[in-house]
Amino acid sequence: MSRAVRRWASLHVKSLASALERLAREPVATTMTVLVIAIALALPSGLRVLVGNASALSSGWQGAADFGVYLEPGTDEARARALADQIAGRPDVDHVDLVTSDEALADFRARSGFGAALDALEHNPLPHTLVVRPAGGPDADLEGLAAALGALPDVDFVQLDTEWVERLRAILDLAVYVVDVVSALLGVGVALVIGNTIRLEINNRAAEIEVVKLVGGTDAFIRRPFLYLGFVYGLAGAGAAALLITAVLALLRDPAAALAELYGSDFRLAGLSPLDASVLVGGGALLGLAGAALATSRHLQEIEPR
Amino acid sequence: MIRFEGVYKRYPGGREALRGVSFHLERGEMAFLTGPSGAGKSTLLKLVTLIEKPTRGTVIVNGQNTARVSRRGIPAFRQKIGIVFQDHKLLYDRSVFDNVALPLVILGLGPREIARRVRAALDQVGLLGHERHAPITLSTGEQQRVGIARAIVSRPEVVVADEPTGNLDPALSLDIMRLFARFNEVGVTLLIATHDLELIERFDGRRLRLVDGMLDADADDDAAAMIAS
Repeated sequence: MSRAVRRWASLHVKSLASALERLAREPVATTMTVLVIAIALALPSGLRVLVGNASALSSGWQGAADFGVYLEPGTDEARARALADQIAGRPDVDHVDLVTSDEALADFRARSGFGAALDALEHNPLPHTLVVRPAGGPDADLEGLAAALGALPDVDFVQLDTEWVERLRAILDLAVYVVDVVSALLGVGVALVIGNTIRLEINNRAAEIEVVKLVGGTDAFIRRPFLYLGFVYGLAGAGAAALLITAVLALLRDPAAALAELYGSDFRLAGLSPLDASVLVGGGALLGLAGAALATSRHLQEIEPR
Repeated sequence: MIRFEGVYKRYPGGREALRGVSFHLERGEMAFLTGPSGAGKSTLLKLVTLIEKPTRGTVIVNGQNTARVSRRGIPAFRQKIGIVFQDHKLLYDRSVFDNVALPLVILGLGPREIARRVRAALDQVGLLGHERHAPITLSTGEQQRVGIARAIVSRPEVVVADEPTGNLDPALSLDIMRLFARFNEVGVTLLIATHDLELIERFDGRRLRLVDGMLDADADDDAAAMIAS
């Protein structure tokens, strides 16, 4: 390392150390500021994690993309089995379950509570049903598959019940958008909070800044410790936000798992991923730097020796 | 080293602090700037240190015309001047060492070089061994000597001092003035504003007497000669 680089590095290390020392000198005020920043950052980041979980949950609902293929009433069970085998042989179909009319009636009786009313019926009104699970994930040509299945002989109609999934996805897309807007607003808020804190710090140290200017301190030299202060505030705030989110998610994990279990799902609440956490912490540090840059560019010039 | 040519300084509001001041301080000269309060001593020093710029006329310090120094150029300009203040202007949240080291840190010197020069400067003002002390624990006279050590630590060729003995008793004032005289002996150009005429009786050096914003010609023959020429 050349001497110049070493000097430059040592100036930065000194500025960082002096920023930390200043923060440590007033632990209560520092903690309050860091907590304000942490809460402002934790809110959008936490929402983002929750929306991410909801998206994972909704795309995990493969069953929602299943087709109900209702056969003509009167089609016999052997024909239904043959059709099931035929459809299962298609490359765009994962597998097919046959629900016979008797099974469907039993199921309906058990679930609906209309048992007595059903007993009054002379014959089973329900057709045989094939439950077709398409292959190839959510992007597959479901409409095309539905049309092909509908054209088969003895098929009455095909029900593709994905509309509500699409609505849920649209809602989640909207939620992501809202989280983006909230993130942007709170990000600006964090930069302003840090900027204001730095402005107060500049005012507190006006006499010192004046002296440094008198002995020939450059703008960069005077600005540097304040930029580090903003950087450290942002970093500490974002770190605290990451801890806050992790703690809240840990509290929610068991209840969420219990709820999922009631629905027969093995869904588990995902926490802040390492990538999310580094984006959060890096973003917080940048916001702190930006707030400090804003404050120093506006206020350092106002302090001139008289 | 310091040259004033027909310098006027008018503050907003119309008060004229300096009215046609001309003088030339040669390299290695020591001059005492005297005169009653409000005569313009502080204004003159502010023009030398680029805290203010002249309304009219030319101020040249270290060969640089201050009118041509941009805002961005001011730090480099001030790095070549040592400034001593009446109220010391020390940083009270830092040690004596850190106060004296400040100009060297600004210059970007290495820690070993800084330590060596700070100790040399503190030795010159008789405060070696006080590096770790907080300035507030020192007497006023000692604090002023810390301020002087800070002004000379970067070895500037020009040192200006604004009432450096203003708050000190006669014995301490004499100490401080002797210190300045010693710097002058090793070639530093000094411009010292003071109202303590009795004190400077004991020292050689030019007298620049300001009265009502103008140099009193009787007090400074060189200046009179320059104006005449």
